[in-house]
Amino acid sequence: MRMPEPDRDVLARRTQIARDLARIVPGEGVIVDEDERRAYESDGLTAYRQIPLVVVLPSTTQQVSQVLRYCHENNLKVVPRGAGTSLSGGALPLADGVLLGLGKFNRILEIDFDNRCIVAQPGVTNLGLTQAVQHAGFYYAPDPSSQIACTIGGNVAENSGGVHCLKYGLTTNNLLGLEMVLMTGEVIRLGGKHLDAEGYDLLGLMTGSEGLLGVVTEVTVRILKRPETARALLLGFPTNEKAGDCVAAVIAAGIIPGGMEMMDRPAIHAAEAFVHAGYPLDVEALLIVELDGPQVEVDHLIARVEAIADSHGAVFKRVSQSEEERLAFWAGRKAAFPAVGRISPDYYCMDGTIPRHQLPLVLKRMGELSEQYGLRVANVFHAGDGNLHPLILYDANEPGELEKAEAFGADILKLCVAVGGVLTGEHGVGVEKRDLMPEMFDETDLAQQQRVKCAFDAEGLLNPGKMFPQLHRCAELGRLHVHRGQIPFPDLPRF
Amino acid sequence: MQTVLKPADAAQVAEAVAWAVSEETPLEVLGTGSKRGLGRPVQAGHALDLSALSGIVLYEPEELVLSAGAGTPLAEIEAVLAARRQQLAFEPPDLGPLYGRPAGAGTIGGVLACNLAGPRRIKAGAARDHFLGFKAVNGRGEAFKAGGRVVKNVTGYDLCKLMAGSYGTLSVLTEVTLKVLPAPEKTRTVLLLGLADDEAVHAMTRALQSSHEVSGAAHLPAPVAAVSPVGPVSRAGAAVTAVRIEGPGPSVEFRCAALRRELAAFGGATEELHSRSSVELWRSLRDLTPFAGDDRHPIVWRLSVPPAAGARIVAALAPLGEFRYFYDWGGGLIWLALPSGSADAGAREVRAALAATGGHATLVRAPDETRLAVPVFQPQPEPVAALGRRLKESFDPRGILNPGRMSANL
Repeated sequence: MRMPEPDRDVLARRTQIARDLARIVPGEGVIVDEDERRAYESDGLTAYRQIPLVVVLPSTTQQVSQVLRYCHENNLKVVPRGAGTSLSGGALPLADGVLLGLGKFNRILEIDFDNRCIVAQPGVTNLGLTQAVQHAGFYYAPDPSSQIACTIGGNVAENSGGVHCLKYGLTTNNLLGLEMVLMTGEVIRLGGKHLDAEGYDLLGLMTGSEGLLGVVTEVTVRILKRPETARALLLGFPTNEKAGDCVAAVIAAGIIPGGMEMMDRPAIHAAEAFVHAGYPLDVEALLIVELDGPQVEVDHLIARVEAIADSHGAVFKRVSQSEEERLAFWAGRKAAFPAVGRISPDYYCMDGTIPRHQLPLVLKRMGELSEQYGLRVANVFHAGDGNLHPLILYDANEPGELEKAEAFGADILKLCVAVGGVLTGEHGVGVEKRDLMPEMFDETDLAQQQRVKCAFDAEGLLNPGKMFPQLHRCAELGRLHVHRGQIPFPDLPRF
Repeated sequence: MQTVLKPADAAQVAEAVAWAVSEETPLEVLGTGSKRGLGRPVQAGHALDLSALSGIVLYEPEELVLSAGAGTPLAEIEAVLAARRQQLAFEPPDLGPLYGRPAGAGTIGGVLACNLAGPRRIKAGAARDHFLGFKAVNGRGEAFKAGGRVVKNVTGYDLCKLMAGSYGTLSVLTEVTLKVLPAPEKTRTVLLLGLADDEAVHAMTRALQSSHEVSGAAHLPAPVAAVSPVGPVSRAGAAVTAVRIEGPGPSVEFRCAALRRELAAFGGATEELHSRSSVELWRSLRDLTPFAGDDRHPIVWRLSVPPAAGARIVAALAPLGEFRYFYDWGGGLIWLALPSGSADAGAREVRAALAATGGHATLVRAPDETRLAVPVFQPQPEPVAALGRRLKESFDPRGILNPGRMSANL
């Protein structure tokens, strides 16, 4: 993966830049020491590392504004960072770029139960939002698996999901307002405690923009009352096809479960060996279907899903009879990644989404690729929404294995696109999938996306090298070739 | 006189826009024109009529997705979904009758371009939340696409959000893909009679704070309740607060009973509307039927506000004199109908009432000359407005598409 060539002139100015930044963020807000900077060299995608030019840790919106204005005036690149849990290298530093850490923005500013929202700084963790309101029975619905560590600012940047998002939505569906700073240092506010901001939906555009458009300094998110109860079914199937058909039948029956997860045989075995969740080992596919709501609804729907499972060839079926049992069903799924980590020195987590009916074909082809590359793969799958997380097992200490795992991963993502899916369901493009973007989008599509970037950051200083395989100058992208003198389309009927 | 261009497919749309760019002549982008009264009037010598880009191109109920030409009638899509017991969960309103036009004329492209949503917005989201992907032609005359056909996707910028609510000023949608959802098995509505506005907002807040998954919360003051097409509402002779519950049969019965218990503290009698009359009530609120034929109150405003502040904002509207209004979205949406008479359609008073709480006000119905003179959409602070102008330029550098529809320079 090639990042933009570092600017030698900028590297030479490091000391001066750090001194200037320290005037904006006094005290311990600027990190220059190489060992300390190293702590920021990578995010959750640890295969890529780069020590940043300098790290700055502002604690007020005004400081963020001044830092960005300074960088804008001095033509310095900036990489924003929350908790650094990105799985796509979204927060990968640049050698000649300022790393802007939002870790000090860690306060909940307001809890408003009447308007059912929380106003928080972007460095508050996802789980921290729920913890702030759970005493009153409320919670923040999107729950990415990194929720203990990942921040709400990062969630906005990546439009994070989680296992409950088919029913409760992604970050974008639960975000009400933002304060953010543009690369020029301008501070703007979008939305608030009301719904649907006026003018263009900049709030929607910002969500999932991977830190390329602006730096979020405050968020307002919706909170919900916890469902009265939840129960889960554990269902085993002799084939992936049968499990996939069962998922389709549940949805076709009008049921949207709170969560619906699938694991393939390698993932089941790894998880069971690790946490002893009571998973059956003689099935090819395992489904966890969770229903939540009032007791009477949950019981009613559990019975209906059971009947659907029976008629779709489930060979193993267990319904949780207690909260402990429900959590035990989930324990295996939630530990799937570390479980795979136990059976392999390293693993590489992919994140494509496919139309669900293509699952048998995709798993079969993935099996063939696994043989071709000589690398094992285990699959966990957000079955309700078609979001696939293949875990490719490799050993980084074996020369060439990382490259092989990456090539295998790229082939999987290309396959996802080929069957009508997309490159990333929830982890983002970042640096990881940047060069695969042309698999999904042609030049015109990508040029339009980059022109949107130009409207926010005309010099391309904010998080460059992410998302787009090629960087174009805004002036070049904006050029319009007009062909005059055409006959005004005689083939168009007019009346 | 406007010349109408009616492209037969996306390629002809691109050709038409490229021609308009070369001639520097603006285009008014239309489906069937059913929502022409919404937004600022567009003055363009040519109209681009997309009604030929019609037809469902993909519908997979088990995958919860549907793709259709932008000019596909909404009614056609809703019928196809209903046959499989599915729906557009954002409950798109049919604003035709509000503008004195026939019902059932809108297109899916128009619904998305205006980001419309009905009472279920509070639970299910707006059009924007169900918009998965599109093909379009930008103002440079280039066909491009964004998003996808799966319900979970973060590949590239979410341009669907930007298209939703852009009123055709950024690009011409040619094909759209939406997330569809199962229709609820059952719907019921709990009614509370005779509450004052502030009590009603408290009651709706309580309902929305519960775990009962309320999918509609509206309050109709007595004059608006009186004109409801639903008997138990119009005959109440008092203000009516309505809370909707949807879902599987046993669950709906349980939750309605629980809600009635929990809301008893607010006083007033409670009643329950079952299936058909429940559906009818929410459809009438969705489509603004209380205001549709009200000639004495021709000016209509839509205020999106922090829900708990709803009653306070209406109280602050007193300087307007006589007006009709009702609340939706648990107090977060105020529909306001005014008599004509004031030159700015009450814009000064309406927007002043929002100043303390935040929110925005849209002038939804007014004569063309008023909508040209008064900002139809909430004026934005300059840095946000400037960003909007730069975005417009990034899609439509020559200002060809629906110029002036959102503001004098968008």
